[in-house]
Amino acid sequence: MRRIYFDHQATTDLHPEVKEILISSLSLFGNPQTIYYEGRKAKEALERARKEVAELINASPEEVFFTSSGAESNNWAIKGIALANQGKGNHIIASPIEHISILTPLKRLQNLGFSVTFLPVDQYGRVDPDEVKKAIRKETILITIQHASNEIGTIQNLEEIGRFAQEAGIALHADAVASCGHYPIDVQKLNVSSLALSAHTFYGPKGVGSLFIKKGTKIFPLIEGGWQEEGRRAGTENLLGIIGMGKACAVAKREMGNWIERIKPLRDRLIREIPAQIERSYLTGHPTERLFHHTSFCFEFIEGEALLLYLDEEGIASASGSACTSRTLKSSHVLQAIGIDPVLAQGSIIFSLGRENTEDDITYLLTKLAPIVERLRQMSPLYDRYLKEKKIKGG
Amino acid sequence: MYSEKVIEHFKNPRNVGEIPDADGIGEVGNPVCGDMMTFYIKVKDGVLVDVKFKTFGCGAAIAVSSIVSEMAKGKTIEEALKITRDMVAKELGGLPPNKLHCSNLGADALHKAIEDYLKKQEKKI
Repeated sequence: MRRIYFDHQATTDLHPEVKEILISSLSLFGNPQTIYYEGRKAKEALERARKEVAELINASPEEVFFTSSGAESNNWAIKGIALANQGKGNHIIASPIEHISILTPLKRLQNLGFSVTFLPVDQYGRVDPDEVKKAIRKETILITIQHASNEIGTIQNLEEIGRFAQEAGIALHADAVASCGHYPIDVQKLNVSSLALSAHTFYGPKGVGSLFIKKGTKIFPLIEGGWQEEGRRAGTENLLGIIGMGKACAVAKREMGNWIERIKPLRDRLIREIPAQIERSYLTGHPTERLFHHTSFCFEFIEGEALLLYLDEEGIASASGSACTSRTLKSSHVLQAIGIDPVLAQGSIIFSLGRENTEDDITYLLTKLAPIVERLRQMSPLYDRYLKEKKIKGG
Repeated sequence: MYSEKVIEHFKNPRNVGEIPDADGIGEVGNPVCGDMMTFYIKVKDGVLVDVKFKTFGCGAAIAVSSIVSEMAKGKTIEEALKITRDMVAKELGGLPPNKLHCSNLGADALHKAIEDYLKKQEKKI
């Protein structure tokens, strides 16, 4: 059966060039920490990858550290910066729509005596830089704001937030897992002290990520007891993963412009045509200040997991922020924070496009989506009620 | 993950709809939690001659509603009242542990529809 993949925020396939370099590196077994030939060869590959990651985000290679995932990078930044700056203060500023790999470490820090201010966000999920400024205290040691949301696609104004943070001498961490490889990132322009990346969301392998740490940032290691990564992240390097990540970054740097040029019009078509086809559908997140490959909607009267499964039956992979889709059975904290009614939030669906999606894929989705929504609505007692009320009002 | 039978019932739910002149109606659940079911029954000589439902909810909720409607149709009121959540889950070849409580509301909705019918009968007498 034809499969169409619209869940590039969950993960992506490997880019052919990444596949190729992984296969050709399979016999590279040396330990990069050893000084003989095998080790030197491994070290060379490791450092090449570091340079490729650095180039994608305009950092210097000494500022790039490899980890096991975006979640590890976020954990490291939050816990590492907070603990290293305890002498200065214990106050952290965060957005309420961060990924759980930020929110959970923050909760742990709160239990350890740190205090966290969660900023308000507007209906699109944007943090007002002035609110950041207002929340800064003399004990503030860390501000953490995502670059973009994986759930609603909204891009934050990090440049300005970063400027305030810099002026106040406070570290700014940005979770860029949703945006890296799909949206241009320049750590110099964004004024961040640290930035988390993950390879598998932009055609790299799973199980490898990296953390950019700006020179001079005070941060403790998370995993200690080894000389790897300048002694800041212990553990024998995931060499193959790292090589794959480097290649994914090099490819993204070269191709991103083309990808955006091709994918954005496809995405825009979804944003235009879905609400035109389906009544009572609502775009979530910012209409323009959003990831170019991302679109997310809530459909009234239906539940997202059921919609996702019916789409799957038609060969379409998508995501949802509904309560039933999440393991915790709680509806998305992001949709809640931007003020979406909890019942409407149940009808959440997310389509994230990738480099291989075509105009045809979009047409296929658009022919399948509306009938599925209609089928679920015909089953829904909430839709029943709506139609009856509409009839009464209309006379 | 869902069992084959859950997927099958979810894909082709039986007895979806409303009975306009239903003898009993039962509604359970809360859309805020993601699941809400309405059951309609038609009773003749103490037997559920027709059972229909409308459900707002996930794949499990739709499959549960569908199988409950099948299990109840043609049963006497006494038999239908004996259908339990466990029996429903078993009939579906199991449900994911986190869906056992929230989505497995079909039997409750059916029982509520029967209660509604019995109450109406009392009034008639």
